[in-house]
Amino acid sequence: MYPTDLKYTIEHEWVRVDGDDAAVGITDFAQKQLGDVVFVELPDVGRTLTKGEVFGTIESVKAVSELFSPVSGIVVAVHDALAAHPDYVNGQPHETWMIRVKMSNAGELDALMSSTRYDAFIA
Amino acid sequence: MVEFGGWDMPVEYSGIIDEHMAVRTAVGLFDVCHMGQIEVAGPDALAAVQWISSNDASRLAIGQIQYSALTTAGGTFVDDILVYRMGEQHFMLVVNAGNIMKDHQWIVAKVAEHGGDVSVVNASSRYALIAIQGPMAERVLQALTDIDLAAIKYYWFGHGEVFGVRVTVSRTGYTGEDGFEVFAAPAQAERVWNALLEAGAGHGIKPCGLGARDTLRLEASMRLCGSDMDEGTSVVEAGLSWIVGWKKDAFLGAERLRAQKAGSLERRLVGFEMRDRAIARHGHVVMDGDAPVGVVTSGTQTPYLKKSIGLAMVPVALSAPGTSLIIDIRGRRVAAEVVPEPFYKRSQPA
Repeated sequence: MYPTDLKYTIEHEWVRVDGDDAAVGITDFAQKQLGDVVFVELPDVGRTLTKGEVFGTIESVKAVSELFSPVSGIVVAVHDALAAHPDYVNGQPHETWMIRVKMSNAGELDALMSSTRYDAFIA
Repeated sequence: MVEFGGWDMPVEYSGIIDEHMAVRTAVGLFDVCHMGQIEVAGPDALAAVQWISSNDASRLAIGQIQYSALTTAGGTFVDDILVYRMGEQHFMLVVNAGNIMKDHQWIVAKVAEHGGDVSVVNASSRYALIAIQGPMAERVLQALTDIDLAAIKYYWFGHGEVFGVRVTVSRTGYTGEDGFEVFAAPAQAERVWNALLEAGAGHGIKPCGLGARDTLRLEASMRLCGSDMDEGTSVVEAGLSWIVGWKKDAFLGAERLRAQKAGSLERRLVGFEMRDRAIARHGHVVMDGDAPVGVVTSGTQTPYLKKSIGLAMVPVALSAPGTSLIIDIRGRRVAAEVVPEPFYKRSQPA
């Protein structure tokens, strides 16, 4: 069962909402598909993102994937520790946020999946 | 599971990094049954092997192995192969899975053109192949066999039994680590596999998939035919001049290879390390200013060295260690540097 306090995308990102601040990471399903993560490339703080825009890349030993922003807004923080410890994504995928976005349109959250729907989506 | 050369094979069992580290520090087990075996036998077998391959097979004693290239008339790769001298007039060529049919047809045709009393047989279905690799490989395998493994030197082989199964065992591998490859009849291979896993349990043995096989071979600077070189790449361009028998008589591609050695070489495969934080992958383009001048043929973040490394085909002018390279990774220009090969060399050779 996926955490009920997160919202999910079909690209296997999750969002944790705190006011108008959205933390974004990838799901346990995604990290298992990727295998050992060795590199996470993230945007600079201050970058404006549109929902669905590529905000970075994640590489495992065997594959490269793009990261898509689930919401529109401005990047207010990036998880710098991932530069040295990309394996955190494998260890604690739902605790390991990649970017925090100050949302410009919180209504976009309505389009994301609940944990129940995401569970069904990946089943 | 992925399709590989017509076989369904696992990319990973416990994880690529976990498997890679097991091979570097303990022992790993690989199902490499997909590899092909083509036997060349008859009074003129040596002359045939000499004609179709780049290395000098006349230097092989019975029981000895060499790395070689099956070459086109242009000195490029039909395939890279291991040549086993089974007898005075009997050789076994171990070839890549995806190339078995192509290689067999090629060898039959070229041997026929060359003439002589030789038979060429695709014996791939007669052999299963299991590789046991890592510093503990000899200890684990020795517990199951009457063959004196310590007496088998690097790139030599012997015959005997493993766990009661008739086998040929060679001290070879594709990991840069000490280890063995065990040829058995397919019907008995599972028995050997299971016995090795059990015998290795106390030594931390891990079954390893294609993913770790690729990261291990690249860390050891071993080429992957079809990725690092193909029918458009000559043996010298691939940085493999050492598998050309320069002193032997004419063979397919000899003239071009000799010309390249004498100075006509325009490009060659080099090892590089990333200087910027990024991982270059197969197909990424090497740039000189705004001009594309080369291409990455393999690249990964290596689990043991913990470096981002790769192989790239570049102009000779950019091939010296220390040369800076610029690689275009999905539109971003990143810096790399040519480094001496191999990236990894085990501290105590067998």
